[in-house]
Amino acid sequence: MEDKLNDDIGEAKRLQLWEMMLKLRLVEKKAYDLFLQNLIKGTSHLALGQEAIAGAFGVALQEGDYTFCTYRGHAHTLARGSSIEGVLGELMGRQCGLMKGKGGSMHLTDVEKGVMGSYAIIGAHLTIANGTALASKYNKTKEVSVCFFGDGTTNIGAFHEALNMAKIWDLPIVFVCENNLYMEYTAISEVTAVEHPAADRASAYSLDKIIVDGNDADEMYRTAQTAIKKARDGHGPSLIEAKTYRHSGHSRADPGKYRPDEEVKDWMENKDPIKNYRKKLLEFNIDEKTITGIESKIQQQVEDAINISKNSPIPDIKEIYTDVWADGGYKWHN
Amino acid sequence: MAQLTYRESVSLAIAQAMRKDPKVFFIGEDVGAAGGVFKATVGLLDEFGKERVMDAPISEQAILGAAMGAAMTGLRPIAEIMFSDFLAVCWDIIANQIAKTRYMSDGQINIPLVIRTANGGGSKFGAQHSQSLENWSMMIPGLKVVAPSCASDVLGLMDASVKDPDPVIFYEHKSLYASKEQLENTNLSIPLGQANILHEGADITIIGLALMAQRSKKAAQILKEKHNINAKVIDLRTLVPLDLQTIKRSIIETGLVITVEENPRLCGWGAEISSLITEHCFSNLKGPVTRVTTPHVPLPSADILEDNTIPSVDLIINEVIKKVKGE
Repeated sequence: MEDKLNDDIGEAKRLQLWEMMLKLRLVEKKAYDLFLQNLIKGTSHLALGQEAIAGAFGVALQEGDYTFCTYRGHAHTLARGSSIEGVLGELMGRQCGLMKGKGGSMHLTDVEKGVMGSYAIIGAHLTIANGTALASKYNKTKEVSVCFFGDGTTNIGAFHEALNMAKIWDLPIVFVCENNLYMEYTAISEVTAVEHPAADRASAYSLDKIIVDGNDADEMYRTAQTAIKKARDGHGPSLIEAKTYRHSGHSRADPGKYRPDEEVKDWMENKDPIKNYRKKLLEFNIDEKTITGIESKIQQQVEDAINISKNSPIPDIKEIYTDVWADGGYKWHN
Repeated sequence: MAQLTYRESVSLAIAQAMRKDPKVFFIGEDVGAAGGVFKATVGLLDEFGKERVMDAPISEQAILGAAMGAAMTGLRPIAEIMFSDFLAVCWDIIANQIAKTRYMSDGQINIPLVIRTANGGGSKFGAQHSQSLENWSMMIPGLKVVAPSCASDVLGLMDASVKDPDPVIFYEHKSLYASKEQLENTNLSIPLGQANILHEGADITIIGLALMAQRSKKAAQILKEKHNINAKVIDLRTLVPLDLQTIKRSIIETGLVITVEENPRLCGWGAEISSLITEHCFSNLKGPVTRVTTPHVPLPSADILEDNTIPSVDLIINEVIKKVKGE
């Protein structure tokens, strides 16, 4: 194996990636269960199957870096180190939630961890992520901004405005397109003029064409590191297209029947990032007990977080009237 | 003592804010080298350089997104949207992102950002470069809405807007850019949410904003000289926050009120003011609130058409006379 010849990542980082991906997978699975138990209302967009992308960036980024994600953002938030009860509690509308129930599943935000918000209007956050990157350049500081989005985003105007601006000002930012082959319920290939929705647009903004297997955690980690270093060293933006696949439908209400059974089966059985990474860890002679130990640890963490969330009080009704303005209130006349 | 145009006061206000606070920067289309299409930002690039005065591409979403993101880190951007009509192409960033992020994040994120934009008619630019759009931003929780009517207010309100920890949409009126004012001091600060009395009177209250406040003042002067009617003119200056107390005090005194708006009738800010007056001052009213607005049409371009669409001084005078006579 190529990796064996070139083990640039090392056991410690690989175990970190393993733990990270497992956490993202287990929390998403539990989020789905909690939905079925009606403990989570509203909608949710699970990232099951796409864990290697958020996971790899989570491991590669430094404290102080900024991340922006979409409404499919539970994983990206957890990947920065936000607490599991903060995420699940928010989904359940409890006080222990990251925003005490005021944002919900689609708007997870944890500024302390650099999670600058999850955005539910396609494309908007690419332009906003440019702003934190611009601030780093303006302040001559070294944070990197990373913006995750889906393949469908490549067909909205804000994507193009943001890439152009990032390039003309050489902003320290990494744009990460998670191409899971479907924009909501429609195959991206049916509604896009190019084969690779992000990478084929890169040249229009003088950016390199970068395509990576988004389900290979090692490859993803290497790609993330390179792009982050480039941004941190002042060499400007990157646009990465990571090929992946979501295991479930677009959102809670979607059984995903528009996808051919064979295709789903292939991705689930042969290309699952977690199943494959476990195999790889064993190939690298990592002790199976270590692997299993991490699994048990994460399972326990998730169970504990669910208990904390279930026992956390619901928000006080007075919360409705707080935090419109910086003075904490909502008054608009004297 | 300096004579200053409204236009000059814009660039001076921005310059003063940038001199006071290194966190303030300015971004927009044609704002630097060109000094703005209305020449309201002349000299800023020379004084502050490209790092703080940024000429952006025609990408309104990217401009406001970048300004928002920078504000989220604690910088204090001033972003220009050339014509307020163009707010429509970046309305997601304003209405969904800038306005709501503080609330949705449970107060984790502040967005101290000023969006300044050239607003209003009078230039015969037609329906897509002449609108008065304060209403659009007024109806969204999380946005402060400022519309100065004179040079000193531009200076004072810009100072307060830049210092404000919340997002402010700052509507500059195109037809006021050339207006002049004698100023003893240009280092002004006017709190947001404090209306200004432009003309004293106890017979009737006229409530206006921006150009309509100035036309109301002119109307009040003529009403006093030629018709012996004493009108109190309130320039709201900011719609959010709104100085309801000044309105209430005046209506207790006069009992009669008309609002003068440059926007089309439906859901104009005067409707909200009228509703508040009914709620808070019903027993003080001697008659219903009258709203003077443009008719519910897009703004036409030709001289005679535009002039007869936007409320004129004569129209305000006629409405006041009818009101005072109880017609």
